Amino acid sequence: MTKEITLRKLRGHKHAHLVVITFSLLFVAIIWTALSTQMQTAKAAVSTETSVQFGKSLFAEGCSSCHGLQGEGTTDGPSLIGVGAAAVDFQVSSGRMPMATQGIQAMRKDPVYSEEEIAALAAYVATFGPGPAIPTDEQIDYTGADIGLGGELFRVNCAQCHNFAGQGGALTEGKYAPNIDLATPRQIYEAMITGPQNMPVFSEESLTPDEKRAIIAYIMALREVPNAGGLDLGRYGPVTEGLFAWTFGLGILIALAIWIGIKAK
Amino acid sequence: MSKDVSPYRPQPAEIEHEYRRADIDARAAKKAERQVALMFASSALFTVLFVVAFATIDATTVIGLPVFGDVYAFNVAIGVTMGLAIFFIGAGAIHWAKKLMPDVEVEEERHDFGSSAEEKAEIVETFKAGSADSGVMQRPLIRRTLLAALALFPVPLVVLLRDLGPGPGDERFRTMWSQGRRLLTDVSYQPIRPEDVPIGNLINAVPEGLHELEEEVKNLNERAKSVIIVVRIDPDEIVSQQGGTSEEPWDYNGILAYSKVCTHVGCPISLYEQRTHHLLCPCHQSTYDLADSGKVIFGPAARRMPQLGITIDQEGYLVARGDFAEPIGPSFWELS
Repeated sequence: MTKEITLRKLRGHKHAHLVVITFSLLFVAIIWTALSTQMQTAKAAVSTETSVQFGKSLFAEGCSSCHGLQGEGTTDGPSLIGVGAAAVDFQVSSGRMPMATQGIQAMRKDPVYSEEEIAALAAYVATFGPGPAIPTDEQIDYTGADIGLGGELFRVNCAQCHNFAGQGGALTEGKYAPNIDLATPRQIYEAMITGPQNMPVFSEESLTPDEKRAIIAYIMALREVPNAGGLDLGRYGPVTEGLFAWTFGLGILIALAIWIGIKAK
Repeated sequence: MSKDVSPYRPQPAEIEHEYRRADIDARAAKKAERQVALMFASSALFTVLFVVAFATIDATTVIGLPVFGDVYAFNVAIGVTMGLAIFFIGAGAIHWAKKLMPDVEVEEERHDFGSSAEEKAEIVETFKAGSADSGVMQRPLIRRTLLAALALFPVPLVVLLRDLGPGPGDERFRTMWSQGRRLLTDVSYQPIRPEDVPIGNLINAVPEGLHELEEEVKNLNERAKSVIIVVRIDPDEIVSQQGGTSEEPWDYNGILAYSKVCTHVGCPISLYEQRTHHLLCPCHQSTYDLADSGKVIFGPAARRMPQLGITIDQEGYLVARGDFAEPIGPSFWELS
């Protein structure tokens, strides 16, 4: 009687589960290799027209769950039609998007995507509808800009929310204007032309490119000015300074008064 | 001294005197003496160091200190040396008093504050005698002229109050805005075209002619009243406005102009949130909804933010339809 090998018999073999697991793992490994090779190829091809395609795949993977497959927006995220490449570059390069959790406001963190991926995402989102483009290096070149004018413009247009030294401040219902110490010149320019989250837009006509560069020059100068004043207490002004004086200054005086008052042994 | 002042607090005489170590041990006293002397000597040393620091340290040298960060070495050196020089004089004096000067408890009697009955009677007598000697009751002419002089004396003080005026008149009810006056961007003073104001945009604006006026009068009074913010809101999201008709709306295709002066105590505010259309005052958190007639939705402000009706002129620039319909800024008594 010949030994008939049937599936039924093999399935009953004592090593059958090992074989099945090995084959499954192999299958996953092959698919994964194929996919990641494909992704690497795609990365290499960025900066050509395929970047839009690459951006589309990145978008479908990382953004569409909130912003919709066509960027039309869902209940979890706003529509991206017409926001332009500049908005994408600002949000993603500053780490605000993708959001870590749904919340009242996206906060700055380390960016999740690489520069190439951000460029691809921006290129793809720009196809949804016309919007501000990412400012070029020339547009944000603030060398020679009028820092004095920038300071005046900053105090009139920006300081009400971002504080006179760019330290940020509270808005309504838990929202806040962020500290802008880490914002790059490009991000500052993009923020002004796109109005991220609740920040208003400052259009290129109402605040000209030259004026925007002056504001950037002022912000950069603020960071470079040596601050040899010791503890700046966050440059928040009289509130923190008062708190410091009341706790530490009065605390020391009270301690001395107690020392004077206690009886010597 | 009565014993029942406070039944719970032992009176000084009842407390057994506790001797300090320096009172009973000559070596401890000597040690305390050396400590005090050391403090005074330290003060002298820091005074000398202050002079040395002042003379030798370069005023522009910056050093890094832990916790404090970058500081000017000169400022730190003279501040610390002078502070410690003063501190050690005081600390030495207190240490001296606490350790070595007598600390025996003493009792002092408390006296009535008022003068004695005899002294009071004597003063009354003296006054009556003086009054009789002056003859003021016998000479009514002198008495009356003196009273008249005293009665008139406060008049100059009252008249001087006039210098607090003149009253502001209708200044609080009007601003520089008038029909056809252009809106200019603040700082750069450029007229504004509606097509340059996208939805979500914010412009801090002032009336045309303000800059020239300020150059002339050298004060900011008109600016304080006429500053506005210009925002553009999707017309579908505008719930209501303070005025205008469907033919002559106060907005221009969703571009709205509101006063920038909080109606609570007058802080200039432009903390505008473009998505919620909230305008927040950083001073006391009054919040206005610019999409709904600038009504107060939070905080201590009692009046809505006044809206400025706008339109465009023949050259297509944004202009005011007239002055504000209601006074801007904080409320005042005459405002009913």
